Amino acid sequence: MNDAFRQIRDFFVSLKLTVVLLVFGLVLVFAGTLAQVNLGIWAIQEKFFRSFIALWQVGPLTIPLPGGYLVGGLLLINLLSAHLYRFKFTWGKSGVQLTHIGLILLLVGELLSGLWQEDYSMRLVQNETKNFSESYRDNELALVDTTDPKFDEIVVIPEPNLIPGQTIQHPKLPFRIVTKTYYPNSALSSSGPADANHPAPAAGGESGSPATKGVGTRITAAPQPITYKQDERNIPTAFVELIGAEGSLGTWLVSTHPAMTPQAFEHAGRKWTIALRSTRAYKPFALTLLKFSHDRYAGTEIPKNFSSRIRLTTPDGTDNREVLIYMNNPLRYAGLTFYQASFDPNDDKVTILQVVKNPSWLIPYVACGLMTFGLTVQFCIHLFAFVGKRRNARPSHP
Amino acid sequence: MKKLLPWLVLLMAVGYVVSKSLRAPKNPAAFDVVGFSRLPVLVNGRLKPLDTVARSSLLQLQGRQSVETPDGRKPTPIEWLLDTCYRADLADTYKTFEIVNPDLLAVFDLKVEDGLDNKRFAYNQLFKSFAELDRQAKLANQVESAVRTPFQSAVVQLYGNLVHYQRLRHALASPDRPDFLGDLLKFQEQVKDGVAAVRAKQAGQPHDEAAAAAMTQIGERFVDMANLSNFLVIPPEAVETDPNAWKPAGAALLDTFRSGRVNAAALAYAGLGHAWRNGKPEQFNKLIELFRADLEKQFAERLKKCDAEARFNAAQPFYTSMTLYALAFFIAVFSWLVWPDTLGRSAFWLVAVAWIVATAGIAMRMWLEGRPPVTNLYSSALFVGWGSVGLCLILEYFYKNAIGSVAAGVIGFATLLIAHHLSLTGDTLEMMRAVLDSNFWLATHVVVVAAGYAATALAGFLALIYIVRGIFTTTLDKVTADSLARMVYGIVCFATLFSFVGTILGGIWADQSWGRFWGWDPKENGALIIVIWNAIILHARWGGMIKQRGLMCLAVGGNIAVGWSWFGTNMLGVGLHSYGFTDAAFVALISFGISQVAVIALANLPLSKWRSFSRNLSAPLALHKENLGSTSGR
Repeated sequence: MNDAFRQIRDFFVSLKLTVVLLVFGLVLVFAGTLAQVNLGIWAIQEKFFRSFIALWQVGPLTIPLPGGYLVGGLLLINLLSAHLYRFKFTWGKSGVQLTHIGLILLLVGELLSGLWQEDYSMRLVQNETKNFSESYRDNELALVDTTDPKFDEIVVIPEPNLIPGQTIQHPKLPFRIVTKTYYPNSALSSSGPADANHPAPAAGGESGSPATKGVGTRITAAPQPITYKQDERNIPTAFVELIGAEGSLGTWLVSTHPAMTPQAFEHAGRKWTIALRSTRAYKPFALTLLKFSHDRYAGTEIPKNFSSRIRLTTPDGTDNREVLIYMNNPLRYAGLTFYQASFDPNDDKVTILQVVKNPSWLIPYVACGLMTFGLTVQFCIHLFAFVGKRRNARPSHP
Repeated sequence: MKKLLPWLVLLMAVGYVVSKSLRAPKNPAAFDVVGFSRLPVLVNGRLKPLDTVARSSLLQLQGRQSVETPDGRKPTPIEWLLDTCYRADLADTYKTFEIVNPDLLAVFDLKVEDGLDNKRFAYNQLFKSFAELDRQAKLANQVESAVRTPFQSAVVQLYGNLVHYQRLRHALASPDRPDFLGDLLKFQEQVKDGVAAVRAKQAGQPHDEAAAAAMTQIGERFVDMANLSNFLVIPPEAVETDPNAWKPAGAALLDTFRSGRVNAAALAYAGLGHAWRNGKPEQFNKLIELFRADLEKQFAERLKKCDAEARFNAAQPFYTSMTLYALAFFIAVFSWLVWPDTLGRSAFWLVAVAWIVATAGIAMRMWLEGRPPVTNLYSSALFVGWGSVGLCLILEYFYKNAIGSVAAGVIGFATLLIAHHLSLTGDTLEMMRAVLDSNFWLATHVVVVAAGYAATALAGFLALIYIVRGIFTTTLDKVTADSLARMVYGIVCFATLFSFVGTILGGIWADQSWGRFWGWDPKENGALIIVIWNAIILHARWGGMIKQRGLMCLAVGGNIAVGWSWFGTNMLGVGLHSYGFTDAAFVALISFGISQVAVIALANLPLSKWRSFSRNLSAPLALHKENLGSTSGR
């Protein structure tokens, strides 16, 4: 028993394990870089670096690799146990020890930001005010009760719940939602106004679009393969039927296609809208775009700078000020950070901000400070020792 | 004599630098073409001398700055530009378009033998098949650049080069008019009546038909010039600091219809063309003098920079430095065979002079650009070489065994050669895209990372010396081997520090500008691979998993990591960072990787096959002799 314990301990504190894990890490990083060409950066982050096992597709072969969590986790255990077991402070090794503490922090920080970090975007047209940001990749089905002009009552259903054939019920909704068809990515095209071939919306479902209500009766949706490209977005489309107490209200086509706006309908004397949209994160404050500037170098299309002048307001009036967000100069407010991310090539009055929530953002800074300091100390210790040795050695080596 | 040799070499090196780089450029004939070369033009967002346009255009079109005319003359780059702008009929016969793709030659019905050096062709030889090239370019442009065939890439490249050439032809005068100055002077006289005639014609009133026709005719020439050229050669007339106020000559001439007065600068350029065409140097030189004096009134400060840049172009410090590095390498290698001290010191001085010249060149670029040293792939090559050679000089200062000089010679030469190839895409002093426009981070993250690359590559190269000398020669004795091992170990420590700190700084920059510390983007991953690789070397060494030879093998592996991170990641065509995309370089990178693997494989031959060690193993006498401390250890 004691012997087995010693073996396990020796395994976890050994430098050999460190080297092996570093080699695995190297292979993982390299594979993760190559695989980005086909899968895109987001998929890689999830499949390679935020997983225990990464499956690397090389042509027809699938090579299993230890994922980021496995390599990072074992490295963490290796580091911690080696330090707990062997820790003995000496000045000569102080730099290495500081570096390793920093590395432990860095690994923990990367784990936390992987778990906690949320990326949203905010697209603002000049003079537009928004109090929410939108997810890059997640979508939701939003049913909004707009009867009361003073406020809206909103029920949102996250996209993963839209499974064909399944019924969703919500206590605040006077109807059930049945997902009939769901395409993770799609292309929409106009099928023309109702004519002889599409005699009545009520007959929908058999010819052309299955939608019977709203804009969907004039639009067809074709499924598309899911894209992983960084500069392309998937456009999911779903056909959902709403069924009330007295039977079906009809089937709607909902899609995140930018041309689609919320579709209005009435049920039991209340006004509703239905839409599939990017998942929203509402904020306790609002941003208004005052002016977006985008300069190019004279005689070229090379962007020189972008900046957004923004008014930041809170409902209680404690904050009401102007801020300037530009490249390398984000706005940090209420635990969120707003970056100048992009612009609309077709409209120079539009700014696109990136909104990041990362409660652990300071950890890497601290970790890096520690590691840089540690490495510098260690390097200097070696350098002075080396120079000293050379100086002493010189007289004996003519 | 032997004692004086290093001093003699130093003196000759300095003399070479002075004669090559420090002499002011002279006019080859009576025309003041040097004065012309210093005139300012705004291209790609930067005010630069025409000299830079001439040289970078030639590099882009044909991969070198020298030109040969059909009658055997060798015009300087600025003379070539003068011919292109003012004597298109002549310039169109100069073979200045490089085509190496055989399929592309077939499009023009040309054979390799039709070209100068079997690869350079004249505009006139290509002219007849422009329609077909245009068609092919449209087809190729539909294909994403990453997946184009070599033929398609060649089509797109040549098409771009021809567009560039057209821009030059239309930059200062209309290439279709033999007497453009005469046209402009006549136009100046007629413009008031002419415009009135055109107005009357449009209003359906009686008008002078000939005057209106003359206006339309010359106006069409101006429209051509304005459409075909984007070189902003005409300075703003009022005191104006906004670079957007500079105009192409065509646009400035079109303004005449509104203002009734031909732009003075446009007229000056037409006058220069007239003098150049008709072989009138006095007129040319007088015009340069007057035009220059006029510009001085408004742009004295910026003209100084233009002058300095033209001077810098003529000095070509990096080519001078390259020659010296090559020479230093040979002398240093010879020092391992004969006269170790004398030749070793000579090589050291050569490297030092070459390094100082490169330092001056980099400093000059920094001043011209107002930026830290590394701003694009080209400057990263300069800087990585500079950093490596700097470390070599320190090593050589301590060890005095010529290893530092050999490494410096090869790395200095190789990085400058890489830089030369990277300069073939155009002007290397580029404007920074908004996302990279931060001098603070360029000065910290980019410079430190480049230093990390430099150190990792140097460690790899020192290991190459160890392996090659150990296997193929008998010169790697124990003292040299041990000192090489210490060098490699020290440089790996340095590389770990710099590549790590640089990568981390990059993370902080990313967090500041994109909102994430780490995004697993290819360039970030590339830098991380170097850090991990160095960490592997150090931990394997500390854990006793590798000894001297293993250290060398892993250090050579570091070269692959550097090659991948520096160039490979740019070839993937994804990621926020990719600031350089190069195509044929892919083959070079793969071959480089294979060659390094081959060296590692070679290093794993049993020690008895290593010439240096087998002798030591089989002849204990040699060891014995060494222990007695026979000489300085060679």
